[in-house]
Amino acid sequence: MRESDIQINRVDWIAVSIYFALVFIGWINIYAAVFDSQYPKEIWDLSINSGQQLVRIGISIALITLIMVADYRFFENLALPIYILFIGILVITPFLGKEVNGQVLSVGFGSFRIQPGEFAKLTTALALAKVMERPTFDLSKKNYQIIAFSILLIPVGLILLQPDTGTAMVYFSVLLMFYREGLPQWFFVLGFGLVAVTLLGLGIENNLYLAGAIVIVVAILVSLGRRTWQRTLVFSLIGLGLIAYIYSLDYVVGKLPPHQQNRIMVLFNPNIDPLGVGWNVTQSKIAIGSGGLLGKGYLEGTQTKFDFVPEQHTDFIFCTLGEEFGWVGSLIVIGLFTALLYRLVVMAERQKTRFSRIYGYCVVSILLFHFMINIAMTIGLFPVVGIPLPFFSYGGSSLWSFTILLFIFIKLDSSRAFQLGRLN
Amino acid sequence: MNEQRPVIILIFIFLVSVVLLVKLFSIQVLDDSFTKKAERNAIQRIVDHPYRGLIYDRNGKLLVYNNPIFDLMVVPKELKIQDTAKFCQLFKIPKDQLKESLAAAKKYSWVKPSTLIKQISTTEFARIQDFLIDYPGLFIMTRAVRSYPNSTASHALGYIGEISGTQLERDTTKYYSQGDYVGLSGMEKFYENELRGKKGAKYKMVNVRGVDKGPFKDGEYDTASVAGKNITSTLDMELQMYGEMLMAGKKGSVVAIEPKTGEILAMISAPFYDPNELTGAEFSRNYLRLNRDIEKPLFNRPIMATYPPGSIFKIVQSLIGLQEGILTPNTTFACNRSLVACHNHPNPVNLFGAIRNSCNPYYHQAFRMIINQDISTNTFKDTEIGLNAWREKVLKFGLGSPLGVDMTNEKGGSIPSSRLYDRVYGEGRWKYSTIYSLSIGQGELLVTPLQMANMVCIFANKGYYYTPHLVKAIDGDETLVPGKFQIKHEVGIDEKHFDLIQDAMAEAIYGTAARAVIKDIVIAGKTGTAQNPHGEDHSVFFAFAPKDDPKIAIAVYVENAGWGGRAAASTASLMIEKYLRGNITRPELEEYVKAGKFIY
Repeated sequence: MRESDIQINRVDWIAVSIYFALVFIGWINIYAAVFDSQYPKEIWDLSINSGQQLVRIGISIALITLIMVADYRFFENLALPIYILFIGILVITPFLGKEVNGQVLSVGFGSFRIQPGEFAKLTTALALAKVMERPTFDLSKKNYQIIAFSILLIPVGLILLQPDTGTAMVYFSVLLMFYREGLPQWFFVLGFGLVAVTLLGLGIENNLYLAGAIVIVVAILVSLGRRTWQRTLVFSLIGLGLIAYIYSLDYVVGKLPPHQQNRIMVLFNPNIDPLGVGWNVTQSKIAIGSGGLLGKGYLEGTQTKFDFVPEQHTDFIFCTLGEEFGWVGSLIVIGLFTALLYRLVVMAERQKTRFSRIYGYCVVSILLFHFMINIAMTIGLFPVVGIPLPFFSYGGSSLWSFTILLFIFIKLDSSRAFQLGRLN
Repeated sequence: MNEQRPVIILIFIFLVSVVLLVKLFSIQVLDDSFTKKAERNAIQRIVDHPYRGLIYDRNGKLLVYNNPIFDLMVVPKELKIQDTAKFCQLFKIPKDQLKESLAAAKKYSWVKPSTLIKQISTTEFARIQDFLIDYPGLFIMTRAVRSYPNSTASHALGYIGEISGTQLERDTTKYYSQGDYVGLSGMEKFYENELRGKKGAKYKMVNVRGVDKGPFKDGEYDTASVAGKNITSTLDMELQMYGEMLMAGKKGSVVAIEPKTGEILAMISAPFYDPNELTGAEFSRNYLRLNRDIEKPLFNRPIMATYPPGSIFKIVQSLIGLQEGILTPNTTFACNRSLVACHNHPNPVNLFGAIRNSCNPYYHQAFRMIINQDISTNTFKDTEIGLNAWREKVLKFGLGSPLGVDMTNEKGGSIPSSRLYDRVYGEGRWKYSTIYSLSIGQGELLVTPLQMANMVCIFANKGYYYTPHLVKAIDGDETLVPGKFQIKHEVGIDEKHFDLIQDAMAEAIYGTAARAVIKDIVIAGKTGTAQNPHGEDHSVFFAFAPKDDPKIAIAVYVENAGWGGRAAASTASLMIEKYLRGNITRPELEEYVKAGKFIY
């Protein structure tokens, strides 16, 4: 039996099928989003977005083929050089890239443009896997934590310069992988606590209530355990720090660019300005909400087609689905995503090398984050951040980067028989 | 290590999916407000306004029609003008005005149409129609306004106007919407449901900028409008216009009715206005002016003005007396002027003579017999009983309450009952000497000109009437006329009593209204003079003709024109001749009426 035969047989066809199902549904929804009943065009007409997307799907298949025929060691070996290369590209992007809406996201020539921020997710995942695969790498130790977070935070810092808050946020999703790899639980307790306090601080008008609540919680915690003066001091300092943090939030938010301030405000009260700041979310909810149980029927949607929903074929592509296929359509797509993520976790857990497993969890983390945040923002559960829905949203960089991200893992998974067991 | 962590991660993934699906379920399935919002967003209902029904006169002559007016609309985004000077010349619009209108249109919307030139006439429209194709972004929008080819019968026809807020609130059928035109007075209001037709609707989709994106569901829900029904009026346009010519410059009413049917042949309220004034763009301005006019041209006198009936009421008294058996043709009273003033005439008189000479003392005495029949020994009580019994009989003549003509705001006049006198004088503190003015049609009696004309119909018909009305047929079908206009109302007086009355009326005009006499047409008539405490008396005349086969009953009021035998009798006589003969044989009488100098 030749090596390549084994590889093909070991390809996880479930994950591959779900991928193609999602790409196909995404593609017909892109067509629906731009369909104009007065000037109907065929779905593969290259003058409309669905035709363009079909070309990109074709390129994706070529990329998949390349990944599948490549040597699995290639990705491991090139992980760090590619990471460094993309850090370099991210550094020069603000100087050479094309400015759109005050953001410089893409570099390239003429009509061929890529968004390095999209691909840097992939290179960061590979770099993390490469660095963390050593048996001695222990995330419960401070030195290794610093290394892991450094690899993560360098691209984040550069992307924030573009500035692209949405994409930068995606990088933090690999905290999920860190969790799997043993980052101590208190990291997450602290992290979630901070997020909760931040949300409450922004959501509650009068900071005094929150400060009062913190004082009470600190008092209870102090009185419950051993009453040493060190413990009391630590808790009091944490309490004071939190209170100071809450009061500084208003100041920090005030310093944010207005459009980001607005996005935060809209999260807490989507009705403040339905025609202005809240427009995206309001219209997006109308489009999805008007779909009902079964939807209005394919190409029968009115809200997305007539431009009521902005960015309908990219970040808000889920609206077209929700409007035309209803809750049942949403259920199918969310079910497919959930099934894919479940499958990927199962696959990650069966890897023989730590590299593959870490990379697999990076794929899970990034896909989960995109899927969760993108849909949550279209239904008003999360502020509007410009991140695409994997495999669905129109655009080459997004589709290709997710395809490469996923299929490198499928490749690694299919080659696991040849990998030396290095798990610890 | 960390054995349980993959499981926790899987649980987290499932939780995320469940939260998303629950939220989606709540907005997609449980909350239907988004569906409505989506429709409001993208689906525009465009009302297809039906053509309002036309109104014809009894001979098929057009009284009201719909006049299309054309507005030139512009979509600024699509409009390209290469040569402004040529454009202005073609569309006959000054350069400055074009600039101004275009700027306003652009300010409103680049993609939605605005009016560029308002109310282009039909001929002008025909001229520019060919040029329109050279200018994309320009199109014609057609609207219809009511138009009156002969500017006649303004009060009877009424007018239409934009629906008011309160009318909209009261519209329980939810048929109307803001900006709709409805009948506001006259036949337009009364026959609103017949005339308005049925609105149609087209549903079209628009995008976020309001640009038309084609019909919704290929027009599945669209409905066509149904044109309103045409109405044939009972009015005789020739007679109506002739009456308006006679009444021009005067104040008063003319009501002519066909006695056998109750069909109103002419209904003139002077001063009148040109109904074309209350149409289209000029409505508000003209309405304001007419409404402020101290002559009250909008006031519909035939149904809204009330006067004491005067002498004609003596005929009603005679009929009641005859029917009761209190009077006979031979009942004779002295013309005792100590009771009430009278004019010179043979004395004493029987009933015929009393009508012929309009003898006041006769009725003073006859009415006392009708009222005081000694049913009670208490003279106060007896008067009360008598008055109320008498009132019941009078009401049967269509007096005291609105007749129910097919116009709105009809007044009912007033026939006093004991309650009125109780209120004024106190219970048991009034008797015949208090109310004797009623005997000659004065005092507390009030009657509209329409009721007067109807009363003449009763005399002509010998005891019955049909409720006067303006509608003869709806969509050419006479059976669609409301049933209440086909009910014969008996007044409770035997036919035999009317011969004497008719004979006396025919005789009377020789005495009191010689001007009314027409050769070869026997007119039965009666002058009246409605006392006017504010100035000259009102000249009143009632008649029907021909006496043996009455085809027209008429009541004429000319305010402040003095004695009934002059202004009113002349007008009535001319109207009768016009209607029965079609032409006027007495141009000098016509001139006399037109000149309008009746007080000398």
